[in-house]
Amino acid sequence: MANPTWRLGQNSDVDIELWLLEMDFNALERELKMDFKVKLYSESWNDSSLGNDKSKSSMTNICSQKPQLKWDDSSSPDCDMRIDSPFPKFNEQSESLSPRSYIHDNQIKIQDQIASQARGMLFDVAKHKDWDPQSMLSNLSFLEQKIHQLKDLVSFIVDQGSLVAGQQDELVAQQQQLVSADLTSIIVQLISTAGSLLPFVKSPLPTPSPLSGQLGGTSSVGRSPNVGMSKASLDNNDGSKGLCNSDQNKHMIDCVSDHNCTGKTNHSHSMSSFDDHESKDEDDVGEGDHLPPGSYEVLQLEKEEILAPHTHFCLICGKGFKRDANLRMHMRGHGDEYKTPAALAKPNKDSSSEHMLMKRYSCPFVGCKRNKEHKKFQPLKTILCVKNHYKRTHCDKSYTCSRCHSKKFSVIADLKTHEKHCGRDKWLCSCGTTFSRKDKLFGHVALFQGHSPALPFDETKGTAVSAGGETAETSNRIGSTELNVGSNSSEGNNIQNVVDVKGGADDPACYFSPLNLDTCNFGGFHEFPRPPFDIPEGSLSFFLSGSCDYNQNNGSAPSSDAFS
Amino acid sequence: MVKKSRVVDWEFNPFDLLSDEILFDILDYLDHNPFDKKSFSLVCKDFYRVESRHRRVLKPLRSELLIRAIDRYPSVERLDLSSCPRITDDSLAAISNAYKFCLRSIDLSRSRFFSNAGVSNVVVNCKFLVEIDLSNATELTDSGAVAISKASNLEKLWLARCKLITDIGIARIGIGCRKLKLINLTWCLGVGDLGVDFVAVKCKEIRSFDLSYTTITNKCLPSILNLQYLEELTLVGCLGIGDEGLATLEKGRTSLKTLNLTNCDNVTLWGLPYLTSRVTCLSHLNLTNGSVVTEAIANSLQNLPKLQSIKLDGCHVTCSGLEAIGNRCILLRELSLSKCSGVTDEGLSFLVKKQKELRKLDITCCRKITQISVDNVTKSCTSLTSLKMESCYLISKEAFTLIGERCHHLEEIDLTDTEVDDAGLMSISRCKKLSSLRLGICYNLTDNSLIQVGKICRELVELDLYRSMGITDLSIAAIASGCPRLEMITLAYCKDITDTSLVSLSKCSRLSVVEIRGCSSISSAGISTIALGCKQLTVLDVKKCHNVDDAGLLPLTNFSRSLRQINLSYCSITDVGLLALANIACLQSMTVLHLKGLSADGLVAALLACSGLRKVKLHASFKSLFPQPFLEHMESRGCLFQWRDKPVQDGVDPWVWRHTARMNANIMYLLDEV
Repeated sequence: MANPTWRLGQNSDVDIELWLLEMDFNALERELKMDFKVKLYSESWNDSSLGNDKSKSSMTNICSQKPQLKWDDSSSPDCDMRIDSPFPKFNEQSESLSPRSYIHDNQIKIQDQIASQARGMLFDVAKHKDWDPQSMLSNLSFLEQKIHQLKDLVSFIVDQGSLVAGQQDELVAQQQQLVSADLTSIIVQLISTAGSLLPFVKSPLPTPSPLSGQLGGTSSVGRSPNVGMSKASLDNNDGSKGLCNSDQNKHMIDCVSDHNCTGKTNHSHSMSSFDDHESKDEDDVGEGDHLPPGSYEVLQLEKEEILAPHTHFCLICGKGFKRDANLRMHMRGHGDEYKTPAALAKPNKDSSSEHMLMKRYSCPFVGCKRNKEHKKFQPLKTILCVKNHYKRTHCDKSYTCSRCHSKKFSVIADLKTHEKHCGRDKWLCSCGTTFSRKDKLFGHVALFQGHSPALPFDETKGTAVSAGGETAETSNRIGSTELNVGSNSSEGNNIQNVVDVKGGADDPACYFSPLNLDTCNFGGFHEFPRPPFDIPEGSLSFFLSGSCDYNQNNGSAPSSDAFS
Repeated sequence: MVKKSRVVDWEFNPFDLLSDEILFDILDYLDHNPFDKKSFSLVCKDFYRVESRHRRVLKPLRSELLIRAIDRYPSVERLDLSSCPRITDDSLAAISNAYKFCLRSIDLSRSRFFSNAGVSNVVVNCKFLVEIDLSNATELTDSGAVAISKASNLEKLWLARCKLITDIGIARIGIGCRKLKLINLTWCLGVGDLGVDFVAVKCKEIRSFDLSYTTITNKCLPSILNLQYLEELTLVGCLGIGDEGLATLEKGRTSLKTLNLTNCDNVTLWGLPYLTSRVTCLSHLNLTNGSVVTEAIANSLQNLPKLQSIKLDGCHVTCSGLEAIGNRCILLRELSLSKCSGVTDEGLSFLVKKQKELRKLDITCCRKITQISVDNVTKSCTSLTSLKMESCYLISKEAFTLIGERCHHLEEIDLTDTEVDDAGLMSISRCKKLSSLRLGICYNLTDNSLIQVGKICRELVELDLYRSMGITDLSIAAIASGCPRLEMITLAYCKDITDTSLVSLSKCSRLSVVEIRGCSSISSAGISTIALGCKQLTVLDVKKCHNVDDAGLLPLTNFSRSLRQINLSYCSITDVGLLALANIACLQSMTVLHLKGLSADGLVAALLACSGLRKVKLHASFKSLFPQPFLEHMESRGCLFQWRDKPVQDGVDPWVWRHTARMNANIMYLLDEV
């Protein structure tokens, strides 16, 4: 893990190495700039250099300006020219989206982060000087290609923007997103290229800094122009074990000396999160309820506590309750002092809660993502979440559904929810998919061509002929290769047919029982001595039985006459 | 017959010179009277054959003759089975077998006893089926719907009252029948939003959509209104359609022309403006029994520049509402305000002054209307073709003369229960195009004016003289000689009418509906002359004609071959006469209440003999006298019994009758107002 001693001990060395790295980066940067001649690239640097300028002014009293000034000298003519470059619109709009513009806005906050990264790089540079120029070259040429593509895109946007004066906000936003996404990927590529040079990811990180985690998403990219700042932040961090959450970095100087470090509780946590921030910075952005680590207090309940049926206990008689409201109701029985409005009021809704740290919970199961030791730790919001999470993930599923006898649950509420819907997947599509809700079925059918809602099973059973027709058709669709299936289904239907014939008692003239069929005049169909129901040939049997039906009907004509 | 034609074959037959094409052309002109084609086919074998091949439309009157009819006519495109109550799966199989390639349309709306299998047969075999009417197939289930969905060419589908069909079935139809242009789902209670929505999404070609009395809600409205070609939407009694849904409708293209929101109780004056702003192509709007029509609603009609017809029957229409309609609508041709409370002279006068192009005006039961309105209506809307003003009894006699003086284009006028007198009707008789004249309960009328009508109005088709007591045989003689096109006449309770009138009416050969209820002077002799003269008689009502007996029925059975409906209550008919009626093959409905000479056995025999019967009204006392198997047999033939238990009614004084009738109407009116 991080070793402050290292920092303290090698402070001057670090400064020098930092300086070296900065030079390296600047050289690389210029090289890139010259080689690729990408406006946009320098454009994007622009931002940072702008930020740099501002930060410079705020930092003048903090650190020595030499390296920075030098860097500024080297690149600022270029930058200054491009401040009024043909992308002012893009610059402004991209502020909210591109990571770099974030830097522009919150440069001061970021400094620390950048500093730490730079420190990391520096450290690694110091240790691993061996790198593969061949792969570096290929990486760079890949980057070149990418930047060219991006340049084309941006110039297209510019053209479009000049043509169409009032562009729609949506379009602009989309373009911005596109550009910023591309930029981000380029930057990541660049960093990874640099990483091959400086594989600091694998090495332990020098400083635990809660803010670095907080800003991980946005400032993952160590900006070499800002490297100059790292000295200041290094100085800053010296002596402090972690930065105070509430503290704003603009008062960094104050922070340096007299720091009331509240970070003790978060200490381990922020360390672990820093561990992997390099790899997860991309995917972490935009996850729901993503509190920055350190802005909350992590509590961990023991397994026994979690599984206990009651969480609130009466201090007098020891009776347990699931809810504290019930406990308060119970307490009334112990004396009049528990009947006052103050005693009955909900306790944790006091005004001081604003100043308290938000509580988040960790799962006691080591290795679980919800466990604070996990490197992608995601805290749980409430005790109830902890209970449900623990039961669902780490306990036996002891509740079995009484309807399907296959689904098992460990939380009884889940079982109840399931039982509400179990066995109700009655909405069936022709593709075989079942749905518990009719509207979902209709949405499905509307979405896919060729799908159609299927009839409920009992109904298809009841009305034989049309159902037979349907299966015959489907077997046709399946193709002649699956004759077996077809014959099976049509046979089944024929059986149903017979059943139906016997069932149709209320209108005797409608149907004829198989017995009648034998006696009835078949017209030209005497070459079929058997009743049509026995014909086994696949889908053909449907048509045959159909055509026999007509003759059967013709034959029945005299009898229907006699009837009426 | 067969022998004769054989003999003729050997001789020279001049008709052989006529080619089939010429005979087809001749047959094309014989469409008006069904008997003409029958006579044509009886000329010779060749004519018979040609006629069989020529016939495209077949409407069999008896189920049991269907099979033979199918054999005879091989190229029927349109099969109307609405007169065949009993159509079994066998019949459908025979039909589908015979008309595999030619059948385009089949109407099964009045038939029962077929199942999903029969429908499936027809649909699978008749590949070019375009129209199928399965209304009232209450036993048709989703499997039937699946069968229908195989008809991929289907364009028109009626499924009214198919209550067992659910969303699943409708969805199958929507998937299978993509070319649907008309779909009627009236009373399909099993069909909800999902199904309707699905059909609206899948069948893009729909022109006409009838969803009356279904359980649909606002949810499916957007997709219905997004149908690109939708022209007609009927939502009668859709209580699920409400203001909230209309308010959220987005504006979009819709070609809807006719919208019927009758009895949509939840569409009120709040929602309607949203709707009118959405369906801007609308030309016909029906808001019968809807909300209060206020100025706001009427103002919203200005969003509908093409609005031609608006029906507000049964709505409460305020005066300002009428004025706004007058101001906002641009080319209103048709306005119906029947039974609208709140219609006053002031509002109506303002409206008609603005809407001078009005063609049809219905102010039935607008009881506050007086001669002032009539004056203004006739002054402004001189091109009126239809004016209905039943029960507007505050209008003075003099006002009716204005109608005749100013509106010469009138074709239809309803003056039932008004104070119109001879002078007024004489004036109205100037309208030479008059085809429908309703003069029921007009006690002030005498022969003078009706003779005038008979002289001038030669186009008269429909004449209603219900309880117009001043009318005698003279009027009827004048009408009968002057109006050869007369098809329908009602002389109910005209006490002075005798057999002489029927003798003169027998000259009107097109007469098909004769109602002579309560004309006690009429005897069997009169009935027999009508039977002899009017061969196309389809409806005869001789209730309370006490002098009509079996002798009157016998000529009917011989000559009135197309009689469908007969009412013989209170007559002096016996078992014999009733049994003789069995000779009329297509008799479908019979009302025989309070016949003293009738025995249960005789009735059973007669009912068994009349095999085409579909509806019989009988006194409830017979129900216990009939054997149960007989009732079952009749039901299985498709005959319905309606049991009535009314006591014998005697004649009432006409003035007292009218007074009580108006009093009752007023009470209802007042109740409505409250």
